[in-house]
Amino acid sequence: MDVSSPRFKEKAVIALADPTLRQALGQSRKGFVNKRAELVAALPEFEALRDQARDVKNHVLENLDHYLERFDSAVTAAGGHVHWARDAEEARNIILGICERVQARTITKGKSMVSEEVNLNAALEKRGYTVVETDLGEYIIQLAKEPPSHIIAPAIHKTKEQVSDLFEAAHGGPRKTTVADLVTEARLVLRDKYFKADVGITGGNYLVAETGSSIIVTNEGNGDLTQTLAKVHIVTSGIERIVPTLEDVSLFLRILARSATGQETETYTTLSTGPRRPGDVDGPEEFHVVLVDNGRSKMLGGKFQDMLRCIRCGACMNHCPVYGAVGGHAYGWVYPGPMGSVLTPLFVGLDATRDLPNACTLNGRCQSVCPVRIPLPELLRELRHQQHQRGISPPVQRRALGVWRFVAERPGLYQFANRLAARALKGLSGRNGRLRHLPFASGWTALRDLPAPEGKTFLELWHARQT
Amino acid sequence: MPRVGLFATCLMNLFRPSVGFAAAQLLEDAGCTVEVPMAQTCCGQPGYNSGDFDAARTLAKQVITTFEGFDYVVGPSGSCMATLRHDYPKLFEDDPEWHPRAAALAARSHELLSFLTDVCGVTAVNAAYTGTVTYHDSCSGLRGLGVKAQPRLLLGSVEGLQLTEMPDAEVCCGFGGTFCVKYPEISGRMVDDKLANVAATGADTLLGGDLGCLMNMAGRLRRQGSKLKVFHTAEVLAGMATGSGIGIGDGEH
Repeated sequence: MDVSSPRFKEKAVIALADPTLRQALGQSRKGFVNKRAELVAALPEFEALRDQARDVKNHVLENLDHYLERFDSAVTAAGGHVHWARDAEEARNIILGICERVQARTITKGKSMVSEEVNLNAALEKRGYTVVETDLGEYIIQLAKEPPSHIIAPAIHKTKEQVSDLFEAAHGGPRKTTVADLVTEARLVLRDKYFKADVGITGGNYLVAETGSSIIVTNEGNGDLTQTLAKVHIVTSGIERIVPTLEDVSLFLRILARSATGQETETYTTLSTGPRRPGDVDGPEEFHVVLVDNGRSKMLGGKFQDMLRCIRCGACMNHCPVYGAVGGHAYGWVYPGPMGSVLTPLFVGLDATRDLPNACTLNGRCQSVCPVRIPLPELLRELRHQQHQRGISPPVQRRALGVWRFVAERPGLYQFANRLAARALKGLSGRNGRLRHLPFASGWTALRDLPAPEGKTFLELWHARQT
Repeated sequence: MPRVGLFATCLMNLFRPSVGFAAAQLLEDAGCTVEVPMAQTCCGQPGYNSGDFDAARTLAKQVITTFEGFDYVVGPSGSCMATLRHDYPKLFEDDPEWHPRAAALAARSHELLSFLTDVCGVTAVNAAYTGTVTYHDSCSGLRGLGVKAQPRLLLGSVEGLQLTEMPDAEVCCGFGGTFCVKYPEISGRMVDDKLANVAATGADTLLGGDLGCLMNMAGRLRRQGSKLKVFHTAEVLAGMATGSGIGIGDGEH
């Protein structure tokens, strides 16, 4: 997927002016937030589970080489194949190679953010394969030729009416207008594709080191059909998605659904271990796991290692007021919201993503709901620090900071400047108590008045009162 | 009597000295001796949040030196005081000389209302306010310092005051320091959402514990032509919320 993050501001302003987007985002996000809050309140051990999940993830990251090798051996022992991809290109080539070898024509896909990350669909389509997204949200945006705008609800930016339009154009009439009818229509169209598929590609919510299993959770069952009906099942997953045991998986399942969609559990939790065995009634003939690094190993042992705990639940963006205002597309790459504002600069570079760490009020609501306690505001601040050190932050900001520092380091000058400002601003405001315009402060006064000072600073008034 | 150094936050010092006097009175009523060191400037948060950690460290050292002789440092802002409490020790993580001093100051640094209730044991104030108020939970105080029950406890003791909670009281108002001038359009949407929730309560007064948020919300209210009163919680608790509030001048009662 192309990176449009340099256009964040422009895309944000366009998004803010889009009433349909506002309507679509408002409804779904409120649902996620409220349902999560209800379920968390009903589970007294939820906070303890978050601690445990954080600790398990930290343990895995400290011993990632060990668990990845165990996983590799276990997959091989179960008759499957593990492929190691250093970057996006290697991941694409591995998957293209498998598809070519088995002479695939139709490829079905369950939802996989890693496949978005490595731009897989475009590569497959370029080689002439028919690629069908089977997650309803992914299917909708595939028809709309758009990237996902949310990591678990990729079409969250679409209203029901827009989906009706897309389906009518793609499937022919009669136009369906209720959610139930739209879902039924998608099911009927997709059903046929599952049976035709030569290769089924899914993501992996968890890779279990002890058994070599990959696990996906869905609400539609599309993942099951994608991976059991195709001749070949390919799992694409980041190297950090490993957990030691099935026991650990049960811990993560308890926090994932609650954090993501506000459900106690997702409707389908599907385990795949190797290809079909003799006597199995269904399952793929081949089972492949593509382990994608693509920048992750560079985060190990550094200031951003905590980010590798992420279980891709989307709670941070559901609770982020900036995401809620501008939606996911403004962020300009695969991962939006707070987690995306950390990952995108790390994966595609600081220069093209200058706005992302800054378009945040550091209000901390994301961290307060993160099921694995990732200190997202701290990581965003660290990215700002790196921007500052590398001279990427805007020159006007650097100059302003320089002036602020020069004055604030000198208490006498600082107080003089404040006394001056208090009088000047008070004078400009007259008796109104506020200013409507102020040179050099248009960022403030474009939308707000500036409440005026009272005329003297606190320090001078206090000092005068004491003497 | 505990000796408290009052931290005069930048916005309070320049824009709203009455909040400083309200804080001083509340602290004195709680049995503290209040002093205001003249050598103080800014806590350094603008530098820290803009990624200029070096500038933040320089100012942090200034604050530590100025305030380390006091029993406590107290300020009428969750945002600035969270910087002292949480960020100073982090800034000096690798500095064997300054880290202990930063940590010692951090442990004695408090946001005003939580200091009054949690440290001084104040459960009621002697003040009256006629009106229905709603309270915005500023993010740094709420999530950084656990300021949630304290202002409500004290507001509950104000004679004549009725508190009506707004929906999404814990959602950011869109201020975010320099965020609001760097991304005015996004900030504008956030503050409009916040003010819609304020309006839904029917309250005639909006309160909060951080002047940044209050000036953002008051500034937007004034631009919209609203006369809804906006005060810092300390002003109400000290009985000093007698004027028209933030952003309304004497000329237009």
